[in-house]
Amino acid sequence: MKKNKHLGENINDDPITHDLDRRDFLKRMGGGLLITFSLNDYPLLFGGELQEDEKTDMNAYLRIGQDGRVSLYTGKIEMGQGVITSLGQMLADELDVHYDSIDIFMGDTDICPWDEGTYGSLTTRVFGPLLRAAGAEARATLMQMAAEYLSIPADRLDVRDGIVTAKEVKEKRVSYGTLTSGKEIVKRLEEKPALKKPSEFRFMGQPMLRTDAREKVTGEAKYAGDIQLPGMRYARILRPRSYFSKLISVDTSGAESMEGVEVVRDGDLVAVLHELPDMADIAISKVKAEYETKDPDVNDQSIFEHLVKSGTGKRVIDEGGDLEVGLQHSSQVFEMEYLDGYVAHAPIENHTATAMMEDGVMKIWASTQTPYPARTDVAELLGMPEEKVHIMQIFVGGGFGGKIYNQQILEVARLVKLTGKPIQVVWTRREEFFYDRLRPAAVVRIKSGINDSGKISLWDYDVFFAGSRGAKQYYEIPNHKTVSSSTEMGEPDAHMFYTGAWRAPAHNTNTFARESQIEIMAAAAGIDPLDFRLRQLKDAKYINVLKMVADKFGWTPAKGPSGRGYGIACGRDTGTTVGMMAEVEVDKTTGHVQVKRVVVAMDMGLVVNPQGATIQAEGCINMGLGYALGEDIRFEGGKMLTRNFDSYDITRFSWTPEKIEVLLVDAQDEPPHGGGEPAIICMGGVVANAIFDATGARLYQMPMTPERVLEAMAMANT
Amino acid sequence: MIETIQFNLNGDPAELAVDPDLTLMWVLRTSFGLTGTKFGCGLGFCGSCTIMLDNEPVRSCMLTIGDIGGKKVLTIEGLAQNGSLHPLQKAFMENDALQCGYCTPGMIMNAYGLLLKNPEPSSKEIIEGMEDNLCRCGTYNRIIEAIQSASKEMKREAAI
Repeated sequence: MKKNKHLGENINDDPITHDLDRRDFLKRMGGGLLITFSLNDYPLLFGGELQEDEKTDMNAYLRIGQDGRVSLYTGKIEMGQGVITSLGQMLADELDVHYDSIDIFMGDTDICPWDEGTYGSLTTRVFGPLLRAAGAEARATLMQMAAEYLSIPADRLDVRDGIVTAKEVKEKRVSYGTLTSGKEIVKRLEEKPALKKPSEFRFMGQPMLRTDAREKVTGEAKYAGDIQLPGMRYARILRPRSYFSKLISVDTSGAESMEGVEVVRDGDLVAVLHELPDMADIAISKVKAEYETKDPDVNDQSIFEHLVKSGTGKRVIDEGGDLEVGLQHSSQVFEMEYLDGYVAHAPIENHTATAMMEDGVMKIWASTQTPYPARTDVAELLGMPEEKVHIMQIFVGGGFGGKIYNQQILEVARLVKLTGKPIQVVWTRREEFFYDRLRPAAVVRIKSGINDSGKISLWDYDVFFAGSRGAKQYYEIPNHKTVSSSTEMGEPDAHMFYTGAWRAPAHNTNTFARESQIEIMAAAAGIDPLDFRLRQLKDAKYINVLKMVADKFGWTPAKGPSGRGYGIACGRDTGTTVGMMAEVEVDKTTGHVQVKRVVVAMDMGLVVNPQGATIQAEGCINMGLGYALGEDIRFEGGKMLTRNFDSYDITRFSWTPEKIEVLLVDAQDEPPHGGGEPAIICMGGVVANAIFDATGARLYQMPMTPERVLEAMAMANT
Repeated sequence: MIETIQFNLNGDPAELAVDPDLTLMWVLRTSFGLTGTKFGCGLGFCGSCTIMLDNEPVRSCMLTIGDIGGKKVLTIEGLAQNGSLHPLQKAFMENDALQCGYCTPGMIMNAYGLLLKNPEPSSKEIIEGMEDNLCRCGTYNRIIEAIQSASKEMKREAAI
């Protein structure tokens, strides 16, 4: 994503201009106290360097209004992950106001400061501490103001629910609202104020229900497609059949002859508009187009060979010891290959955008995780200044990393510019699958060895095309090397389709491969797989989550396959350490796998909203069952054969485990880690290991469909 | 060809002069502004457009406006009575049985249909009845719990 020069981006370079902007902002908002803060402040305030995956930019305003209400303006968006609830909890505690007095404004590019996007489980773990610091700074400022107002030293004042009271003389009191009334105070967060200790938390650490639920259960919650503008047209766009198609000729006369249809042609863009979506559907089907298509001879079967062949660009992620020595020290060596097909984000809300021109401003309501980059891209595409593009706040119907790219926004903006009419672009489900930035198909090759005492002596790991997140192993292995392979720099991409970030990118593939390989070695050594892991682990957090989960699950040692159908997997993503156990039942005649129970233990540091964290873990488990057991994009060359949910098996009611138990480690004194992604990484590994434990059959390819399970069982029995 | 379709919409008589072949889901959204009924897949696979038609849960993307002449349509917007939420709506809130919320109206309408036929379903019966409604955020377990608690609440209300 492009960097740019927005408000807040270069906050340190030009403070005067930005302060002016903020005074302006405050004036528009009717005064009060404004604290501004940015991710640039993070290392200054909290020390250390940001990790590679944390390097993004985000900024926010916190305003105490004259009415005493607190407003948070952030470029983050709400797509179901629940930060609209947890951000309020953090702010309420640091500011000593009631949770209910906070209003959160998200992702509106006119009133919220620039932010790169909502992804990577960044909101709580990186944005959270900054927000808390801003809240604490605001509180300190207000206390100082109260001290002057009441002529009582700040250390003799108390504050609760935004009312400052003298400790000794209770009738001497003043509200935050009174203090800020008639004032325009702008402050930048520059030093780290004292944050509340967990023992002082009132709202943080309490399980809170979602604050947006009422709108969502009544149908009032507005998503991008629910915006209906006077005179609005629905657009359908001509699409190629293959990624490798070039438009040769097009005949739009059939569509043009329909009443009320407007055909738009601009270079490669051919679209039909109608005020009724049904008519737009019919009109686009009447457009005749000829393409020249040169599909590569690769399909969902042969893709893996193609990837290995293309993956000559090697990057060493981690290494230690000497692989040759490791090999010599190994009494048993295992060379395995793991395959993972393409997976779609498949949110129930397709990519959607509604837009109009109003007083020279392009107003856009869109399903996006990245409103600010979208604004930049629209402005560039249309040659408009950025301040003339306004992305509005709206609910997003699921993102999972798929709504970062904004193709539909560019499409709608282009059509509005060309026609001057308000327009809505709603992708069909087929378009959604075709243009989704898929989780890449991948191959993992592992050569590993164990010695006679059941210790891992060798680990040689090469992951092709998944990516490096989660590739590095964390067991105590003296001789190891981890390589991430893709095409050489400058070479064209090896994939047939766009690929992108899918909830915990790369990590699902890597944890499936690693945790499967671990259990292959445990079984060969004749050691219980939990015991085998504990023998190779020194990291206290891993040991702790594994013991916690084993205790809750009721794990008793047995070497695999035990016939019980128990699986284990563990890993660490966005700082959160995850240990998981599952119980499956495999129908040996059909190959159908039913996951009966999943227990997960997570050490995620400070948990702001235990209810929200639990729900995210449950969501990860249910969503992850989809990629583990069913989701598989089918294609032939550049032609997508997967078109709808009849040919793409995401988790449904009957797949969900009867019981999901989420255990959160009590680590409230530690910084918060990720919540939206970590638990999903274990789903492939835990299911594969449980299937092995149930049947003795080892699955090397995801998804683990009934056919593949039967095939693996047949292999195991020969 | 324009026809006048008369039907009952959320308890009130409704009339529309319209091409009877238009998709019911789109007509509800565009002509009546009832955008709680969501477009998800357009072919009846996901259930996010589920509404009640003469006391049966149906996929409004698979019906035309012409199909509903003289019938009774209930959408998510018609579920709350006099500002008071339906027990299912309350139970979804209390059980946190939603995340992004996009599938939620369809889930609630399908559950409403299920409870009409079977006021006290077992979890197995809930799973069977809800099987074709999809939720990508993965809130299934909580939806099952919400339907069970709504069922209890409706029984309690009926007893009063």
